[in-house]
Formats: sequence, C-alpha cells, structure tokens
Amino acid sequence: MIHPSHFAAVLLFSLFASTVFGITMRDTPRKMVRYGAYCFLLFVGSAIVLSWVMFLIAR
Amino acid sequence: MSTTPNRPVAGKKSDKGFVYLPLIAGWLVPGAGHFLQGKWVRGTLLAVSIVAMFVLGLAMQGKLYTSAQDILGLLGMAGDLGSGLLYIVSRGLGLGAQPTQTTVADYGKVFIVVAGLLNIIAAVDAHNLRTGRKQP
Repeated sequence: MIHPSHFAAVLLFSLFASTVFGITMRDTPRKMVRYGAYCFLLFVGSAIVLSWVMFLIAR
Repeated sequence: MSTTPNRPVAGKKSDKGFVYLPLIAGWLVPGAGHFLQGKWVRGTLLAVSIVAMFVLGLAMQGKLYTSAQDILGLLGMAGDLGSGLLYIVSRGLGLGAQPTQTTVADYGKVFIVVAGLLNIIAAVDAHNLRTGRKQP
C-alpha cells in the first residue's frame, strides 16, 4: 500500500498520461516529445491553478 | 476528362493479413500492438506507462469495477476492461476487491480506469499504424 500526496499523484498521473498522449497523437519523435511535454505542463499547471482557485473560494 | 490513377498513399501499408491483430494484441497486452510492428521504443514507453499506472492504482488500494449496477459503474467497468489481460489477471488474483475507503484509494481507482482508457488509445494507434492511417 502506498500513500502518495495529492501533488505526487498529480505528477505521476500527468507523466504517464502525457507519455501516451505524446506517442499516440503525433507522428515524429520530435513532435511526440514536444506534445508530451506540453500536455504534462498543462496537466500540472491546471492542477496548481485550480487548487489556488479552490483555496481562495474556500476562504 | 483526365482521371488520376489510384496510387497508394504515402505510408500506406498492405492490407494483407489480419489488420486487427495489432488492435487486439495492443488491447490484451499494453504496447504489444507496437511491438508487432517493430516499434520497440514506442511500445516500451506505452507499456511502462500503462502498466505502471495500473499497478500504482492497485498499490493505492484502488477498486476494480466488477459489475455495472448503475451508469457510473458501467463507465468505470468499461474503462477497467480497457486494460485487457491486466484487468482479467487482477480479477483472477482477487486484487482491487476492497471498497474505496480513503482518498488515496479513490486516486487509485481513477489511475486504474485511466490506465485502461490510455491502453485503448494506444491499441487504436497501433491499428492506425498497421492500416497506414498514421505515418510510421
């Protein structure tokens, strides 16, 4: 049984999902890496932004 | 009026053989559809990502959907079934049978469902490579 923090779970989820998205959605290795990195940043960035929004709403 | 002769599209592969083999193999074993076509690096990355996500989900005590009693259960089971043999073997071993009681277990449940959905995307990608719809 493992107990990752919420942020660690976000990072793991984003890493694996972005890898699959990059490979399957683009044709060339260079584009795959760029799209995978783009998806990863969007996953993590949106999680951080939404977390702050929820934090400010809850105050 | 001139007509353009039918030429094979660039990257179009022969339709000889069973074109659905990469789709089925990729569904049953993550990455296998790409391995069948010699895409070793892509297949390995896909397999590692999908299997790791599934195993991490189980390690977080995520639940495997076993029956579809409502619409959410049906969607969850459809996602779980996307993992192919991983789901079947895990069910056989009795893994993921405990009910979701913690937040981490809820994350795990999502990891398992998403691993199945990602595996379906990967299997369809292998099929597109086989038919030539996607450039190799």
